[in-house]
Amino acid sequence: MKKFMLDLIIKKNEVLNDQYSLLILSSSEKLPEMLPGQFAEVRVDNSPTTFLRRPISINYVDYEANELWLLIQIVGDGTKKMCELKAGNTLNLVFPLGNTFTFPENKDAKILLVGGGVGIAPLLFWGSYLKERGYNCNFVLGGRSKENLLQLCEFERFGNVYTTTEDGSHGEKGFVTQHSLLKASNFDYIFTCGPTPMMKAVAAYATQTKAFCEVSLENTMACGFGACLCCVTDTTEGHLCVCTEGPVFNITKLKWQI
Amino acid sequence: MANLNINIGKLQLKNPVMTASGTFGYGPEFSDFFDVSRIGGIFVKGTTLRDRQGNAYPRMAETPSGMLNAVGLQNKGVDYFINHILPTVKDIDTNIIVNVSGSTINDYIETAEKLNSIEKIPAIELNISCPNVKEGGMAFGTSCLSAAQVVKEVRRAYQKELIVKLSPNVTDISEIALAVEAEGADSVSLINTLLGMAIDSEKRKPVLSTITGGLSGPAVKPIALRMVWQVANSVKIPVIGMGGIMNAADAIEFLLAGASAIQIGTANFIDPTVAIKVLDGINEYLDRHGFQSVTEIIGALEV
Repeated sequence: MKKFMLDLIIKKNEVLNDQYSLLILSSSEKLPEMLPGQFAEVRVDNSPTTFLRRPISINYVDYEANELWLLIQIVGDGTKKMCELKAGNTLNLVFPLGNTFTFPENKDAKILLVGGGVGIAPLLFWGSYLKERGYNCNFVLGGRSKENLLQLCEFERFGNVYTTTEDGSHGEKGFVTQHSLLKASNFDYIFTCGPTPMMKAVAAYATQTKAFCEVSLENTMACGFGACLCCVTDTTEGHLCVCTEGPVFNITKLKWQI
Repeated sequence: MANLNINIGKLQLKNPVMTASGTFGYGPEFSDFFDVSRIGGIFVKGTTLRDRQGNAYPRMAETPSGMLNAVGLQNKGVDYFINHILPTVKDIDTNIIVNVSGSTINDYIETAEKLNSIEKIPAIELNISCPNVKEGGMAFGTSCLSAAQVVKEVRRAYQKELIVKLSPNVTDISEIALAVEAEGADSVSLINTLLGMAIDSEKRKPVLSTITGGLSGPAVKPIALRMVWQVANSVKIPVIGMGGIMNAADAIEFLLAGASAIQIGTANFIDPTVAIKVLDGINEYLDRHGFQSVTEIIGALEV
């Protein structure tokens, strides 16, 4: 898949709350094809402490509207600057980078997508892809409290949405892996993205229930396209770059203690 | 348009812009972004006699105007390079130069011997300056005696252009340069990364799995420039300059300081097309100042 470095235009910066912004990007040219799970390396201008690009998941692509969505959580100076961008500003992206999720073999497969915090970002795009191709998805989305649950209305367009919060302010109280849906049903395919402890818990559940399971990792990166070898994760094939061999990995390939 | 051809000893370059080892993969990683055959050369990832997994994650820390890395020479070994990677890069119409590293002198010799007979590889860059491996690497490059010894042995085994990559983690880099020149190095390249460290104060832990790592990026440029100037004024062999080059102006500064060619490193991560921009910028500079050839500005610093 051909990679590009392009200046995209901010069509809208939708401030979701004081921690999260949804950047809706567009271009005068047709956006290149992208796949769910892929990410962009975003250059942060005017932030003296931000030297490297920031890897950001592709949250959603609307080809008809020629829109690319990036969901940003403020975690440092770079993401803060990104969240301050206004409509009409440009943002330089190197994209699309990385691999994609695996399509389930049959349309009747029971599919679970589990996201936590800003880790929900690639699951929206993946959910939209699955829905378009006739699959039925269940989403379990979790956060510390209701402020960390994002884009619920968007997810509802593509499947059944269940939520958990640690403080009980929305949905069931507890972690995503404690949701009653996981006890009530078995799933054939599980896809997850979020904090590492959450993904490990999901991977443990998938292992116990013999489900196919892919996780989307988020390691710190310099380049994003396999040149620097900084973002490696330990796998059954040795150290592999998360940027080129991932970010999506089957849990059987990872050397996780689960 | 000025003439950009330059020779580094026996090595003929179509222009002085090359990419640094460990920052450009093997070349194809960048071919979506620009025609990589336009640049003067590609220094491929540090290659060792046998497969190396490198250091544990985390291997990278962002720093003010730069980054620390502790990759630790992850590569699949020289045989894998020759048999599997070389066929995918052999048609790139530029110099493919292999950066060679090792834990022992014998590792260096054996790796260099294997590459000596490869037609597509016109030169090796002897890495005696990697700060991220426990054995070998920088240990060879920080004393005149050991630097001279490894160059002397590799010189016997390798007949083509032998470039020696120097460490800045020394008191007097000119002494090391003179020592490797005396043992038959055809040229020197500098600087490798500076040994540095990053701490996560919240966790009270080092950021890197190896505690220390190599600093690169514009943060190191003034040091690199000073060292290139010192070395260029000490040795007779050509000098290849690098360290924090982000744009054409930076590259021209290195040429003026005495470098016959330059390598772009960390900047490739931020702008994958930077090498072409530097090349175009050098061209524009030469035209604007009325130079006929890039050779006219090498060491042309007026002091």
